[in-house]
Amino acid sequence: MSPVLRAFLIISALLLLAPLLFPSVYYYRIGVLVLINTLSVTGMVVLLGYVGLVSLGHAGFFAIGAYATAVLPAYGIPPILTILVGAIGAALVAAFIGKPILRLKGHYLAIATLGFGMLVWMVLSKEAWLTGGPDGMVVESIDVKAPFELLGIKIKTAIAWYWICAVAVVIGIVLATNLANSPAGRAMRAVHESDVAAASLGIDVARTKLTAFIISAVYASVAGSLLALFNRYVTPDTADFLHSIEIMTMTVLGGASSVYGALIGALILTSLPQMLTVFAEYENMMFGAIMILTMVLMRQGLAPAIAQLFSRGRK
Amino acid sequence: MSEFVQFCFSGLTVGAIYASVALGFTLIYNASGVINFSQGEFVVIGGMTTAVLIASGVPIWLAAPIAIIAAVIAGMTLYKLAIEPARGAPLVTLIIITIGASIFLRGLMQTVFDKQIHRYEGFSGEQSIAIFGAALLPQSIWILGGSLVVFVLLVWFLSRTKAGNAIRATSSDILAAKLAGINTNSTMMLAFALSAATGALAGVLATPVTFTSYDAGVLMALKGFAAMMLGGVGSPAGALIGGILIGLIEAFTAGYISSDYKDAAAFLVIFLVLFFMPGGLFGMVRVERV
Repeated sequence: MSPVLRAFLIISALLLLAPLLFPSVYYYRIGVLVLINTLSVTGMVVLLGYVGLVSLGHAGFFAIGAYATAVLPAYGIPPILTILVGAIGAALVAAFIGKPILRLKGHYLAIATLGFGMLVWMVLSKEAWLTGGPDGMVVESIDVKAPFELLGIKIKTAIAWYWICAVAVVIGIVLATNLANSPAGRAMRAVHESDVAAASLGIDVARTKLTAFIISAVYASVAGSLLALFNRYVTPDTADFLHSIEIMTMTVLGGASSVYGALIGALILTSLPQMLTVFAEYENMMFGAIMILTMVLMRQGLAPAIAQLFSRGRK
Repeated sequence: MSEFVQFCFSGLTVGAIYASVALGFTLIYNASGVINFSQGEFVVIGGMTTAVLIASGVPIWLAAPIAIIAAVIAGMTLYKLAIEPARGAPLVTLIIITIGASIFLRGLMQTVFDKQIHRYEGFSGEQSIAIFGAALLPQSIWILGGSLVVFVLLVWFLSRTKAGNAIRATSSDILAAKLAGINTNSTMMLAFALSAATGALAGVLATPVTFTSYDAGVLMALKGFAAMMLGGVGSPAGALIGGILIGLIEAFTAGYISSDYKDAAAFLVIFLVLFFMPGGLFGMVRVERV
């Protein structure tokens, strides 16, 4: 079975079966948040796992998507289209800032993306005429139940959102898996091993890094648009440094080397703060400790560890 | 004229703080090749601990050393528990670890102290001195003097003492340093301790002017990093001059362009340096060893 088909089947099955465990509609809401985070984290897997680059400003791209969806309908663009416009905007910004930064080593990318995220946050908080300032703004709502009613299915809004996001995640993960097994993806992994060795094989290192950076920005932006539509409200916090850290921690905990890690990391770190108040209260310390502990004790993250457990069980 | 002088004063003051942060970055970078993203938190530990102690009646001369010791303990613990076990790991791993440490320390301060903004009175009072029609706070002189003293001590330490030479040897070639009988582990631990102390001292001096809160570290680190890049990564003199320049750029941005976007100045500097002079003012472009 090809890795792409396998990813499609596994993720589809998991997302189809998950609602069996949901005792109430509230869990669908958490499910939606998990799926939206999975989408941002999948983008980060491409960047961190495939090419080995760190971004501390991905919330900036997330916010570009979220605010595109919040702001643009007032200018006559239908909400659904704003997802696309936001993604293109995020891709252009990523290309513009990525070009100079990516020539340099990890530290510079980390700090420059950190600055980028803060800059986005700053603009969103200060330009109140456009963005509503620190209080945020209301997002025009869309009727997510309509496509289901066309098929004669009557469901609650949160449940409709779950299935829409599930489809988005399946598409996102299939595309990312496909990328990993394409020439571009192999080039990315070569660059991950060694810039110099990859270049000597004729790989355009700068271009490969830039491609991954742009792809990951698009993932974040689409996730941001979805969250804006789902919450029907956006605030500059979408661009906050801590949000970038959240995306990063989910990636690291799940395991950056595979798309399955994205789902695992997003699932654990999205649902834990919802279920355990202790976790929510000490969120900063928890995220920090998880990052350090994962890197020191289990550098590949949970996904490979779980996979190993299964393959051992089979023998 | 008086406006211009005023902006210079405020630029020099915050610039001296950024210089101290950049010096802290430089120390750890020189010893271990790691950019410690929790450098800003050392500054906040210094400021917050002092503020809380002073608020509970402890005199400044006692509160300041306690705050610096607290930061040193944090720095050494960070090295021992997170950096040393990950030795030899790829750069990305080390970056993630120090970012994790930064967030952890931020959460720790939020828990141990609170989410309020803190400050305390300047060491020599609040009465500003009028020079060319501009007001200079006595605390600014403390900050500038403090940063200069730290810089001189560091340069002396790195070039004239045995431990300082060990740090430089470790940075240039860790294996050779080991063969020469240098305990590279304790050398790096020393670099983390000194770096934490430098940051905390900056926090102690700066808080009367800049105020502090549990989440102030990230911005501090961003600006310190911009300062180090502008000056040239790895060079103590570059860190000092880069810090002062970033402070001045920021003050003039706030004064003449927009105070809303003064924090963006440091970010723009990072970009311009990357574009036009990746080595910075005093640095060299490093060649990768394969």
